[in-house]
Amino acid sequence: MHVRKLLPALSAGIALALSGAALPVWADINVGVTLSATGPAASLGIPEKNTFELLPTTIGGEKVNWIILDDASDTTKAVTNTRKLIAEDKVDVVVGSTITPNSLAMVDVVADAETPMISMAASAQIVNPANPKTRWVFKTPQNDALMADAIAIHMKANGVKTMGYIGFADAYGDGWLTEMRRSAQTAGVKIVAEEKYNRNDASVTGQVLKLVSANPDAVLIGAAGTPGATPQKELVARNYKGRIYQTHGIANPDFLRVAGKDANGTVLPIGPMLVYEQLPDSNPLKKAAAEYIGKYEAKYGKGSRTTFGGHAWDAYLLLARAVPEAQKKAKSGTKEFRAALRDALENTKELVATHGVYTMTPQDHNGLDNRARTMIKIENGNWVLAK
Amino acid sequence: MDLSIFALLVQDGITNGAVYALLALALVLVFAVTRVIWIPSGEFVTYGTLTLAALQPVNNAPPAQPPGTIALVVGMAVVAGAMEFIACARHGEIPRIPVRLLKWTALPLVIAAAAWWLARIELPLWAQIVVALALVTTLGPLLYRIAYQPLAEASVLVLLIVSVAVHFALTGLGLLFFGAEGSRTPPFSSESFQLGAITVSLQSLLVVLTSIGLIAALALFFGRTLFGKALRATALNRVGARLVGVSPNLAGTATFTLAALLCAFSGVLIGPITTVYYDSGFLVSLKGFVGAIIGGLVSYPLAAAGAMLVGLLEAFASFWASGFKEVIVFTLIIPVLLWRSLTAHHHEEDDE
Repeated sequence: MHVRKLLPALSAGIALALSGAALPVWADINVGVTLSATGPAASLGIPEKNTFELLPTTIGGEKVNWIILDDASDTTKAVTNTRKLIAEDKVDVVVGSTITPNSLAMVDVVADAETPMISMAASAQIVNPANPKTRWVFKTPQNDALMADAIAIHMKANGVKTMGYIGFADAYGDGWLTEMRRSAQTAGVKIVAEEKYNRNDASVTGQVLKLVSANPDAVLIGAAGTPGATPQKELVARNYKGRIYQTHGIANPDFLRVAGKDANGTVLPIGPMLVYEQLPDSNPLKKAAAEYIGKYEAKYGKGSRTTFGGHAWDAYLLLARAVPEAQKKAKSGTKEFRAALRDALENTKELVATHGVYTMTPQDHNGLDNRARTMIKIENGNWVLAK
Repeated sequence: MDLSIFALLVQDGITNGAVYALLALALVLVFAVTRVIWIPSGEFVTYGTLTLAALQPVNNAPPAQPPGTIALVVGMAVVAGAMEFIACARHGEIPRIPVRLLKWTALPLVIAAAAWWLARIELPLWAQIVVALALVTTLGPLLYRIAYQPLAEASVLVLLIVSVAVHFALTGLGLLFFGAEGSRTPPFSSESFQLGAITVSLQSLLVVLTSIGLIAALALFFGRTLFGKALRATALNRVGARLVGVSPNLAGTATFTLAALLCAFSGVLIGPITTVYYDSGFLVSLKGFVGAIIGGLVSYPLAAAGAMLVGLLEAFASFWASGFKEVIVFTLIIPVLLWRSLTAHHHEEDDE
């Protein structure tokens, strides 16, 4: 290498770096988003991505850049994305990811970088227990425990004494089984069969035969999206007469399309937003949900609503309240701003969003209560509020 | 476990096994003739189902958007045509260009155009199946021309790596075309009948019978026809076959057409009995592969039997130990590989 040639290039580089540093910081608010728009969780990640495309470009009078990355439902990719967002894009807050394993892996990264994070995944483990790491982490979806309790209460009220469980052979299915064991015990419902299957399984005949032969009063299917239809259809084909419960993971139009008439009578817990038209006007969620779903369906078509998109919108609503608070204390793009934003998120009180009303505390970084759930029934391809 | 449960599990196992058997046959066929371990075979299954699903009417009206497979056929036809053009120009075979372009670009484009037109009108189910099969089958030879033919002389390992790449490309395109959620196609028949104490659904019976029919047809094709024998000759010795006038390119194209048809047909068969996702293909082809391995990647009857075994094992494993189902199915391959490597004499087919 010629030193003479190198030297001017080097000095030019230094000059450039210095001028960059000398520029006044007119930093916009940068929000880094990593979500699972491809891979196994794509059916959850895509409506979230669609929702981010609806969001306003200013919060509190300051320009917001939504930097959206796809993590392909892959844990390693989610961590890489998070590092990239923090190191290169200097984001003030990270939103994501769509699924629990990814979100859990991101916790360490955001805690090290002292950047707040809002997860759109369901598991309570993401924010619990409160410790110096989860101090930086919040999440919008309801805890599985909240939903499992709703199912157990509904079962008890309808005279169910024994239940069978069939769920995904992954973190989602196992998580639900754990929660359901606890809720069922509290409600005095006995779990008589526990079966597992894979999302892509061509057939669940074996598992369903075993469930049916245990003859439970009700069966809970712990699945997300259209794969939830596979055991549902098989149970109907095997003439299972008991009640079928699903989890809120299946609540999208595609499930109704694939399950068809076999889904009739199925009961599931859900964020009230999905059936906002049927809520009484006194319910504060009705207005928030109407605003979001109105915007979403105007762009993506009637009936395209999903609860997953709602989790993304709620993350925005949290930010829309917290960012102006943080702006009072520090300039965006600084460490102080990130800390102030975290404090503001933790101080969120009675924020009416689409899924529920958020009241955060240092111990509870989810902040939802019973207002964030309702039981619905599937009737002829429609979601109907269950009485 | 009582008799009725046993019978239901056997029926389930045989139905799935029949589909795996078709895939195992396609894998053996492709490997024997072209030495390609055809991982993307599963994508042809999913494309078969999902293309058919995309042709289904929505709210009693023809679908607003024709299936994305059409765009893929058009794109690949253009690329294949360009490759042929360059290859001919390089070798100074200018007079051959029109014929080659007719074959590689015009023909697929005609199929795509016909499918595009047919997608807009209301068709009976069998006609939709024909359209879906025609589209997906066209992808087979085009894929061979674009991805494999330029590397036909490469080692098995290189071809395997190409297969992995093609698999990922097709899965990604599948997500783009068909979306993340799964689909089912309407059943050919929702009838079922009693066979003693057992209820047999006509749909599963149809799957098994079609598979047996196709297996018999393949056996006839390779045993009795000149073209089939020529393909077998290429499989045994590429150079020798070339010397007696069998074009390896033609053999490769024909093989991929046949294999694509087999896989697309499996897709159409399983569409009504299971939900198919854009990424379902890999696991299905992997199970077909286990079957094919049992047949040593050369024997059609053994591969079909192996695939049946996989189907049955899967059905019973899902009854007894659903959490370990895949573990049990794929563990099967270890003793089979051990047994094969101990008994079969080793031959390095890269030394030819």
